[in-house]
This record gives sequence, C-alpha cells and structure tokens, in this order.
Amino acid sequence: MTDRQDMTTPGAKSDGMMSPDVAARRVAASIAGRRQRERRFKSYGLIAIGIALAFLVILFASIFSKGIPGFFQHYVTLEVTLDRAKLDPAGDLSLQSLYDGDARGAIRAALYEATGASGRSGRKAAGKIISQGAEQRLRKAVIDDPSILGTTQSMVFAVDDDVDSFLRGFISRDTPEADRRINDKMIGYIDQLVADNRIEYAFSDYLIFGSASRNAEMAGIFGAFVGSMLTLSVCLVLAFPLGVATAVYLEEFAPKNRLTEIIEININNLAAVPSVVFGILGLAIFIGIFGMPRSIPLIGGVVLALMTLPTIIISSRAAIRAVPPSIRDAALGVGASRMQTMLHHVVPLAMPGMLTGTIIGMAQALGETAPLLMIGMVAFIVDVPGSVTDPGTVLPVQIFMWADFAERMFVQKTSAAIIVLLAFLISMNAAAIFIRKKLERRW
Amino acid sequence: MNEVATPAGLESGALPMDTVGNVYVESPRITARNVDVYYGDKKAIDGVTLDIAEKQVISFIGPSGCGKSTFLRALNRMNDTIDICRMEGEIKLDGEDIYAPHIDVVPLRARVGMVFQKPNPFPKSIYDNVAYGPRIHGLATNRAELDDIVTQSLERAGLWDEVKDRLTQPGTGLSGGQQQRLCIARTIAVSPEVILMDEPCSALDPIATAKIEELIHELSNQFTIVIVTHSMQQAARVSNRTAYFHLGKLVEVGETGEIFSNPSHEMTRNYITGRFG
Repeated sequence: MTDRQDMTTPGAKSDGMMSPDVAARRVAASIAGRRQRERRFKSYGLIAIGIALAFLVILFASIFSKGIPGFFQHYVTLEVTLDRAKLDPAGDLSLQSLYDGDARGAIRAALYEATGASGRSGRKAAGKIISQGAEQRLRKAVIDDPSILGTTQSMVFAVDDDVDSFLRGFISRDTPEADRRINDKMIGYIDQLVADNRIEYAFSDYLIFGSASRNAEMAGIFGAFVGSMLTLSVCLVLAFPLGVATAVYLEEFAPKNRLTEIIEININNLAAVPSVVFGILGLAIFIGIFGMPRSIPLIGGVVLALMTLPTIIISSRAAIRAVPPSIRDAALGVGASRMQTMLHHVVPLAMPGMLTGTIIGMAQALGETAPLLMIGMVAFIVDVPGSVTDPGTVLPVQIFMWADFAERMFVQKTSAAIIVLLAFLISMNAAAIFIRKKLERRW
Repeated sequence: MNEVATPAGLESGALPMDTVGNVYVESPRITARNVDVYYGDKKAIDGVTLDIAEKQVISFIGPSGCGKSTFLRALNRMNDTIDICRMEGEIKLDGEDIYAPHIDVVPLRARVGMVFQKPNPFPKSIYDNVAYGPRIHGLATNRAELDDIVTQSLERAGLWDEVKDRLTQPGTGLSGGQQQRLCIARTIAVSPEVILMDEPCSALDPIATAKIEELIHELSNQFTIVIVTHSMQQAARVSNRTAYFHLGKLVEVGETGEIFSNPSHEMTRNYITGRFG
C-alpha cells in the first residue's frame, strides 16, 4: 500500500484507500472496454476458423467436382458374333488358344456393323473408337461362360479415352480436324452410335478393378490399392510391437541416465526428419547393402515403419504417462512385479492412446509418397502384387504417376483416386476415434 | 535438511538426536535401526530406530513433510519405485533384512501389504480387484478356492453384504468409503503379515472413516498394522502405540494413552495440543 500512498490519485482519500463509490465507478467505466476486447478476441478466433473451413470446402469441392466424373466412363454396346472356330482355334478354351484366336476381329466386325464403316480409312477410324482392353474383356467373358461361343451376344466395351473425352465435351467439334485427336469420320461414327443409343455413361469398373495402364480408359487403382494394403500390413506388424515395446521400456524400465536421454532426444528428432530421408536410408541399406529387389511392398513397409515409429513411440509414452500412478502403486502394493504391473494394468489402460497414435501413424504412412519413390515403388507395374515380395506400387504413388500423364482422362482418374485415398484416410481416423471412445475407461 | 522450520519455543540445534520413550518391544515383527532415507541430497528420514510389535496397531503422527509416509513406504520398499530415493540403515522383518541384496520385493510386498491415501481400485470388477493378488501369487489352485478367498476377504473388510450381488460390476463404481474397504480387502486377500496404511481415511467422510477405523480395530487381531494419520483423534482411537515424527526424526514413541495424556517431549506436547502442526 505504501507505493500507492505516494501517488496522488484523484478520488483517493487521504489515507490512500479509494472510496467504494469511486472504485465502483472506475470498474464500471472499464467494463465496456473489457467486453469490447473480449468480443474482438472471440471474433479473431471465429475468423480463423472460418478461413480454415472455407479452404477445406474449396479443397473438397474442387476434388469432388473433378473426381466424381472419374468414377464414370463411357461404354459402347455391340452385338458380337462369337464364332467358335475364330475365337478358340484349338478348341480347348485354354488361354493360349484364346490368345491365338481373333477376338479383335470379332469386336471390329461388330463395330463396323454398328457404325456402317466401310473402306480402309473408315474402318481405321471406327477401330479407334473402342478401347484396346475390349479383346481382353471378350476373352474373359468366354472363359467365364464358354456356352456363349457360337452365339451372338450383346456386349459392353469401354470406349477409347479420346472418344470418352470427346463425349464429355473436352474435345470440341469446332477445333480444326488436324488439331483434334479424333477426326471427322470418327465423330460421324460416334454420333451414329449415340443416335442408336449404344453409348452409355456408367460406373467405371476399370477404375476400381483395373491396374496400372497407359490407356487411360483401362487404368485403375486396384494394383496400387493391394500394394498399399500389403505395405501397410508390413508397416503395422513391424511398427506397432516395436513402438509399444520401446515406449514401455523407456517409460517404465529404462534407467534415467545420459544414454537414455540421448535416445529420447533422438526419437523426438526422428519424428521431424523429412520422410524422403527414410527412403534414401531404405535404398542404401535394403537395396544397396542387402541386395533386396526394388519396388516391393516389404521394403516399402519397413521404410514406412521406420518413419511411423517415432509417432507411435511418442504417443504411446504419452498414453503410459497418463495412467495415474495410483494404479501402479496399487499393483505394486499387492506384490505385482514391475512387468505384471505393466502388462496387467498400465498397458491395458494406455492401449486406447497407443492405438490412436498407431492409427494416426498408419494414416500418415498410407499417404506417404516420397520415401517410396526412392525404393522404386514408382515403377510402372501392371500386375497386381500377390505377396509382399512382388513388385507393386501404392495409392499415393499411383496418383503421383497419373498426375504426370498427358491424356485428358487421367485428370479425372487422378481426382477419383485422390477421393479413394481420402476416404481411406478419413475412415482410418474415424476408426481411431471409435477405438478411443470404445476402450476409454475411467478410473 | 535445514532447521529453519523449527517451531517456536524450540531452539535450533536443541533438537534431540535420541527418541524419547521406549522404541523397543518384546517380540517385534519389524525392527528398524538407524534408518536414513534420502531423496537425492535431501535427508527425509534421519536415524530412526523403532520396533513394531506383532498384532498391534502403531500410528505415525506428525506435521506434513515430517517423513512419516516416507518411513512407512520404506517398510515394504515402495520407495524403490522412486529413482532418486536412497536408504541407509537396517529394516528387518521377522529378523530378515528386507534390504539385503537377495531379497525380492515381490514376496516382500505380499507379506507387507499397503493401503493408500486415495482409494485406488483397479478399473476392473469388484471380484477381479480382490482376486488379483491371489491370482498373481498363485494362492488358489482352483476357482472354488479363489471364490473362497474373495468372499472371506470381502467379509473381513466388511464389504461383503454391500457388494455380494454385484461382484462383476466395476470397483470404481463404489462410493469412496466402499472403494477404500475394497482396497483393504484386496490387500488382505494375499494374507499379509503386516498392513501399511497411508492416511487411509483422509479422502473419506466421517461415517466412512468410522467404518474403516472399526475395521482396523478388528483386523488388528490378525495383522500387524502400521497407520499414518493426520488425525490425532484417529491415532488415539485405533492404535496401541503412537510414534511422533518431526522433520525426519522420530521424536517420541510410546503407548497411545501415554502419548496423548502425558507426552514426555515438549514438541510432542505442542503438536498434540494443537500449538503447531
């Protein structure tokens, strides 16, 4: 109080104490200003949230508006005469025999009939309308149901990606013919097919069940999806037990000395290491030193496990630390050993937090591209990987590759694949929240 | 440890090194000799020598930070969980040094059980709470035996009638007093010789406290009980002997009646008459 006595504050009594009326008046005067500042502070927060939400909406709107059409493509229906002698010359329905057969000819014939194409140039133009994948589809139909041989079947084939782009309106009729990827003859045939109701815009089975392909209309994410699943399985199997064991040891058993301190600092630093560095590490060690094959999900999984380990360790340690010490005391007090205390009480209570951290780490790994480029998972691989040692690629890398291709249709396919990837990430995060809510117990 | 906190009326340096009263008993269960406990460089317990008699209740009283809880936790080596904690001197349980290198803390803690200040049942069912100790120590060979142990422990803890119909419900759903009795049941389920209680009633209301005190009284027929308490009335009610700690030293120990009616040491007198502490 002595300080204030020295100041001659107006309204203050001679003994230095302010009278209650004066104090009340001053408080009242300051209230408006305080409310004002509070409102302003709140509005800053609202503006920040608003901007973040707006960007999110723009992002989703752009991805969905581009990506949804990617889930569909144009198909053409043709009446194909399935001549047994032409399609299956050996007559044993073997793959060899079917490949020797003239599936292409049968489809072409149906196409010429539908379009009325004649003459060399006309037939050449008509042949370009249909996807190169049509023959494969015809062979598959024959294998699935050999009884269709010798009959005429109404079959649906994908159209070529340029034709698809034309039908979507991306290629204008007004463009001079020389600058167009499809010529006037083709446009005439397409118009005829449309007029005959042979063209339909349907859900793209190639996108979901197809694998990597240079032909945009045939390209799909199945191979990359399987590759992602295999890679993530390897990653999970390695990273979860290692991460949890490390967290448990560091938190409960490790002596607190210089060495463990250094290990802890390094784990924290590892979380901030750019992911591409892990890719270089994988390249140098697994492919360089151990001489393992490139492009395989096994190495991809190991590299991603290295990358996710810090996330899992840090979140697991936080979860273990959040278990109240009274539970440890209780277990130790009845004579449980340290390991029993850990396994029976602390780890089960920390499990929701550990799992949340693991799933978030897995979601990170699912979206990771850079380290996998380093170990060659960017290769163009048509076959769907059957095991972790088959060459494969993963969803984000597939997206990365598609984004690089020139064909117009890959733009939609890329956005569609991004939607699939996002759906996965969101469902993994939802799973994390669900598990946390489900396992969370109060003590 | 500095002496700044020396209470009024006592010159620093005039603190007695020797404990007033008789620290020894006829047939001790636990004998502590010149026990020092350090937290890092700080000496929390300074040269305590004390015998704890069989099937008796001894209470430790004293102002906050006097070391009574630290000394209690030294008796079943719960201090081992604190990295910076170090112990010197000798504590023997039934003539065996519990700090000897070959001693395993697991069987020790089965023999010297502990009840904590805050009720801390496991987030498991009432049954599993009590059955946990017998299970990990392999005390029951079959389910029926385990059921017996659980039933008897809950009965002895005076909780059976209240929980017998909901043994599968979580122990954390009980009231505070019931939880503390559940913790006592969990402790006696492993048939310890000694039960250490660290302010077992400080988080409870007077009715729950009365029940626990009654329980302590009954349990003293079978177990040796050491209780730390802040309540002098509680010490007077439940214990046979009382030990008064101050600044890490054992100031006075004696029969409870004697301590409260006619304390020999001035500090004890000041504390129990409420002049400080």
